[in-house]
Amino acid sequence: MRRRVLPGLPLALGITLVYVAIIVVLPLAALVFKAASLGPADYWRIISSDRAFASYRVTVLCALAATVFNLLFGMALAWVLVRYRFPGRRLVDALVDLPFALPTAVAGIALTTLFATNGWFGAPLSLLGIKVAYTPLGIIVAMSFTSIPFIVRTVQPVLEELDPALEEAGQTLGASDLSIFVGVILPLLTPALLAGVSLSFARSLGEFGAIIFIAGNQPFSTEITALLAFIRLEEYDYPASAAIASVMLLTAFVMLAITNLMQARALRYTVRG
Amino acid sequence: MVHARKGKPPRVGDNIVFRRSLLGIVLVLVALMIVAPLVVIAVEAFSRGAVYFAESIADPDTRHAILLTVITALIAVPINTAFGVAAAWAITKHDFRGKRLLTVIIELPFSVSPIVAGVAYLFVYGLQGLFGPVLQSMEIKILFALPGIVLASMFVTAPFVARELIPLMQAQGRDLEEAATSLGASGWRTFFSVTLPNIKWALLYGVVLCNSRVMGEFGAVSVVSGNIRGQTNTLPLHIELLYHDYNAAGSFAAASILACLAIVTLVVKVALERQGAGRVQRPAALAGADSIIPETKP
Repeated sequence: MRRRVLPGLPLALGITLVYVAIIVVLPLAALVFKAASLGPADYWRIISSDRAFASYRVTVLCALAATVFNLLFGMALAWVLVRYRFPGRRLVDALVDLPFALPTAVAGIALTTLFATNGWFGAPLSLLGIKVAYTPLGIIVAMSFTSIPFIVRTVQPVLEELDPALEEAGQTLGASDLSIFVGVILPLLTPALLAGVSLSFARSLGEFGAIIFIAGNQPFSTEITALLAFIRLEEYDYPASAAIASVMLLTAFVMLAITNLMQARALRYTVRG
Repeated sequence: MVHARKGKPPRVGDNIVFRRSLLGIVLVLVALMIVAPLVVIAVEAFSRGAVYFAESIADPDTRHAILLTVITALIAVPINTAFGVAAAWAITKHDFRGKRLLTVIIELPFSVSPIVAGVAYLFVYGLQGLFGPVLQSMEIKILFALPGIVLASMFVTAPFVARELIPLMQAQGRDLEEAATSLGASGWRTFFSVTLPNIKWALLYGVVLCNSRVMGEFGAVSVVSGNIRGQTNTLPLHIELLYHDYNAAGSFAAASILACLAIVTLVVKVALERQGAGRVQRPAALAGADSIIPETKP
């Protein structure tokens, strides 16, 4: 039987295409166009300059460190929320989304104040000789904060759906908790963990607001790539800004492809029947 | 009192020592990483007393920043909502070529750094951009003015409403709408009496998250606004300005407004999730997705 066609397609699709073209596609195309108009030699010179390279290095390394921390913390947090019953569990569950709800500039000044050498955390840490604010550690803290929810929210539903019979089978065979976790639970969580990790990493690479307050922003040591693109703009060096922004855009596309792949895998492993 | 599920056999990780230590570590980290930033905002905002706090909020520049932020949201959020509903209707209730590509493009802003978005807008409407010279000759100001701020905000929040609606409307299928139109209802009537009641919570959920992001957006807006004090400074930009002026108490007073907005957003979010909104996003929830469809009245 031929499906009845619902009304409204021309209007709905028309609005959608106009909006997407003006708001999303046009600016990104203009950016690519501007970067492309540089010519390969100039483009390469700008994006491979020492200062740009140093910014890629600090951005990627800090994002990796933040993601590894969030992987462990996020998995533990999801585990505690799903497996244990304790007073305030619902509150903690709601608070997990705070980093998404709190504007990045607000998070930035709050974290900087906490970790400055006279701050609540900064003062005791500086007695131990650890400096967080205005060092790469500060960048890691800001990146971790803004991407905590990703891993918790991808792992949590998978843990909730986990069939207890799988663990019981291990227990009746006399396996230890650790070996059941490593051998049974962890492999089932892996697709969700990878999806969460790629989302968290991608967000950390592009984060700006929370980082610039705490980073110190010294060229070659604590200057992230997003800030370099911004600084080139303030220096009216528009071609350089376009080139660096285009590198970030390309990275975002690659991360989007990886994330989609990971999420498709996570879905394949979790949807039953 | 910490206990595992009552009356059920112990599961992996239910060992009491392990359970208490893991819970302890996690709760301490939550307190340090998530609760402490909220507390420090409140403490710093009132560090020079309640009078100074009130004066900071009542400052003309701060009031102007609040007003500009609210105006931006009042323009960007409704347009975004209309787009999100239209996109979800087209994608889930119809078949056409390129649907997959369209979905990817709608979600794109979620992956693009706000700074990249801001820079990109400069190359459309800036003097060195595509339309810059034309706009200048016509004396239309988009960048460093309200239109630029609104456009940049619409870019970063483009996916917010659509991505809440699309999975839900996909799961609900087209049967009800097909029944309504076959009984002679118009497209609009079908939408308002059949579709809208089924998606209202998810729609509100998307709108609330969209609004929260528009009001808090910093990176993209800081590129296109020009940071003119008392003119194009939105609240997040004003917070940065005060902070760099060494007026920490004033900066945190302004920040406390956005922190309150974040808390309200979280409370509304939890309430809407109880109504079933937001859950389709979670991969595993897809398996039982039909359970989130509100019962349809006979």
